Amino acid sequence: MSESTLNDDLDLSGLPLVDNPVMPYLRQERIPHIWCPGCGIGTTVNCFTRALEEAAKDLDKVAIVSGIGCTGRVAGYLNLDSFHTTHGRAIPFATGLKLANPDLSVVVYSGDGDLFAIGGNHFMHAARRNMDILVVCVNNFTYGMTGGQVAPTTPIGATQTTMPFGNFENPASLPFLADAAGATFVARWTVFHVRQLTRCFKEALGKKGFRFIEIMAPCPTLFLRRNRLGDGVDMVRQYKERSVLRNGADTKEVAVGMEGDIVVGTFVDRERPTWLDAMNSHFSSVLGDRYRTYGG
Amino acid sequence: MTADPKGVLTGIHFLDGDHAACEGALAAGCRFVSGYPITPSTEVVERFAQRIPMVGGVFIQMEDELAASITMLGAVWGGKKVMTVTSGPGLSLMMEHLGLAYITEAPCVFIDVQRGGPSTGLPTLPAQADMMQVKWGSHGDYEIIALCPNSPQECFDLTIKAFNLSEQWRVPVFLMMDEVVGHMTERVVIPEASEIEITERRWTKKAPGDYRPFEACADGVPAMTKAGEGHRIHVTGLTHDERGWPALTPKSQDKLIRRLTNKIRDNADALTDIREEECEGADVIVVSYGITSRVASSAVLQARAQGLKVGHARLVVAWPFPTTRIAYLATQCRAMVVPELNLGQMVHEVSRAVAGSVPVLLVDHAGGTVHEPQVILDRILEAAR
Amino acid sequence: MVSTGIRIGGLGGQGVILSGIILGKAASIFDGRNATLIQAFGPEARGSACSAQVTIADDPVAYPYVQNPDVLVVMSADAYTQFIPTLKPEGLLLYEEELVTPKDLPPGVKAYGIPATRIAEELGRRLVLNIVMVGFFAGVTGVVSLVAAEKALLSSVPKGTESLNLNAFRRGYEHGRSLVAAA
Repeated sequence: MSESTLNDDLDLSGLPLVDNPVMPYLRQERIPHIWCPGCGIGTTVNCFTRALEEAAKDLDKVAIVSGIGCTGRVAGYLNLDSFHTTHGRAIPFATGLKLANPDLSVVVYSGDGDLFAIGGNHFMHAARRNMDILVVCVNNFTYGMTGGQVAPTTPIGATQTTMPFGNFENPASLPFLADAAGATFVARWTVFHVRQLTRCFKEALGKKGFRFIEIMAPCPTLFLRRNRLGDGVDMVRQYKERSVLRNGADTKEVAVGMEGDIVVGTFVDRERPTWLDAMNSHFSSVLGDRYRTYGG
Repeated sequence: MTADPKGVLTGIHFLDGDHAACEGALAAGCRFVSGYPITPSTEVVERFAQRIPMVGGVFIQMEDELAASITMLGAVWGGKKVMTVTSGPGLSLMMEHLGLAYITEAPCVFIDVQRGGPSTGLPTLPAQADMMQVKWGSHGDYEIIALCPNSPQECFDLTIKAFNLSEQWRVPVFLMMDEVVGHMTERVVIPEASEIEITERRWTKKAPGDYRPFEACADGVPAMTKAGEGHRIHVTGLTHDERGWPALTPKSQDKLIRRLTNKIRDNADALTDIREEECEGADVIVVSYGITSRVASSAVLQARAQGLKVGHARLVVAWPFPTTRIAYLATQCRAMVVPELNLGQMVHEVSRAVAGSVPVLLVDHAGGTVHEPQVILDRILEAAR
Repeated sequence: MVSTGIRIGGLGGQGVILSGIILGKAASIFDGRNATLIQAFGPEARGSACSAQVTIADDPVAYPYVQNPDVLVVMSADAYTQFIPTLKPEGLLLYEEELVTPKDLPPGVKAYGIPATRIAEELGRRLVLNIVMVGFFAGVTGVVSLVAAEKALLSSVPKGTESLNLNAFRRGYEHGRSLVAAA
């Protein structure tokens, strides 16, 4: 029996009408969104908005920056100061935004192709500098908006339009990259883990430095179908079955394939001075009274 | 309003063009530069990195020119007056963000210290071969403003003008220097801050509910805000409506792109800045810009010494091209001569403006040094015949 | 409408560019004239060769390069060999006489030498060789005034080195004056 038939049998007339709690965080006039049925991006947005609420953030001081791609559209739907930039360049845009106005809490929300193929160099350098931004990567293992091409995250063996005989390129393990480049906070969840993900967002929003969250999400239209992996629900079932919680795991050991464990949890949580704090303390010590401490 | 004294190094200095341009930016209120080193522009950002800690602001050297140019755009929406600096190869990488700056109407200044190209070309030697690239190098229809200094003093003065124009029109403005102007050292007079006119950003006075970030005022330019003010703006490189939301239809494209281009095209005459000398009733008018104008001056003086009536029109604003004025000047002479450090770029604009009414003679040069004045003189003599 | 084209050539580290800056500043800021300084970049600056071109004029300088200098100042043998063919027929050569032997001097060229390195060493710092040469230039040519050159010098050298540099400048200047008087 399907869910809708169930609901039809219920008498809901006595219950108060409650808005979806996510709605105040969205630009409602912009809904419906462009994402396909079964896509995982919406679930991540849901968790993110709940985290904003639980973290009691002043939403006027939260800015969201996206690159290009399906996840790149997140910025447009959130009722925040939002910036939809060029392909791969959300991180350097966010760098300028944060440095120009350090009062802002700046979140980069984009996809795996955007952040790690065309934007990979920027990711590495922002992490190295410990730029004070939260980077959220929705990893669906493919280029969705352009129609299912191979991505830097596509597992070996998966078929994509530009790897029609199966991918033979080694994929990147994103937490390992983030860790090696110097991120202060590195976590991974899947869209199955909505509660954990919400908590993780909230925790990361409360920290400083270059923070990175990878979220595995199904792309039913272009990744699952082409690889005969079923629909979105089947993939979420896989996430449930394959995921293993291992907080503090060595990021060298969390790579993901078509099969096998999906290691989830918080892998890195450390403190380093942010770029701006380092600049201010360094110039203060070197230049003394001549230095005008920069605060925006 | 006038300049913030914190950034103004009032006095008489002996500076090269790169350093003078940096002082111009500081005087104009630039407090954020993101750059990437490239000869022969690097001295601009080196000086900024040296000066900005004491003035109050940020310099950051990014990982490449793509990053440098978009970090600058992030800083615009953080509320700063911003600039990036580069030369040919870096300019090629910045083309994508020139487009983003344009479609999002981000006031910003690009300094291009031109060197010989294409590709790595002549890293340490001059050219004026990026003139068309800045106008046409990013995809789609767009308009920019480009200024051409011919001395360190003008590098200072025109950098201020570049910032002011970028704020007035909310359009990327280019300072088209070249290696010679960049590395040439001369007297630069920096006035008191109170004598430097500064165009402030046109901040919106509207409350969050009423504000539409891309709704044009009477002059076609929208009022601006920055992140963190409660306006909850959306800024996108997609074609957008007045709210800033994506609007991907032929109609919204027509409305937005025409408004953006008309901001500049409709004001091309007002933006015209030509320094003319003895053009009325001349036999020949030399049309030049940037460093070549100084070489042309030598040739013009020699031609006059031989009894010729030679005018000299120097384009301080190369883009938008001063079509109306050049067409008028064509009625004053029998021929025009256009020397430039490339194999023919702005000469096409001159020819377009003149529309066949008088001959237009190019004095080309592949770059690497400036013209010999004699070569320009020869062409003036040829044109006069 | 007087205009003087000057080429200063030497080795990297000799302070060639600073010499050009002092002359340019002296003329354009303190003498109220105009000056344009061009530093050599590119293939010409290969190895440790270094050169500066300064045009000093009553009117604003149009063409910025010095193709055929009126005055050539050389502090190395290489610079002499490289630039002597460009000197104007009636031009003036100023050279460091322990580093440069002016062989095959074109007829019509006037040449004055100075043991600038030795003078600099006597003053305790070999490094001020270039300042001796600047003083020598001012003394021989008069293209920049003594007052302007000293002001330009003092505003261009590191704090704490003013008197050393001023001494170097004056030694060069006096040497120049005496050679001209004797000629």
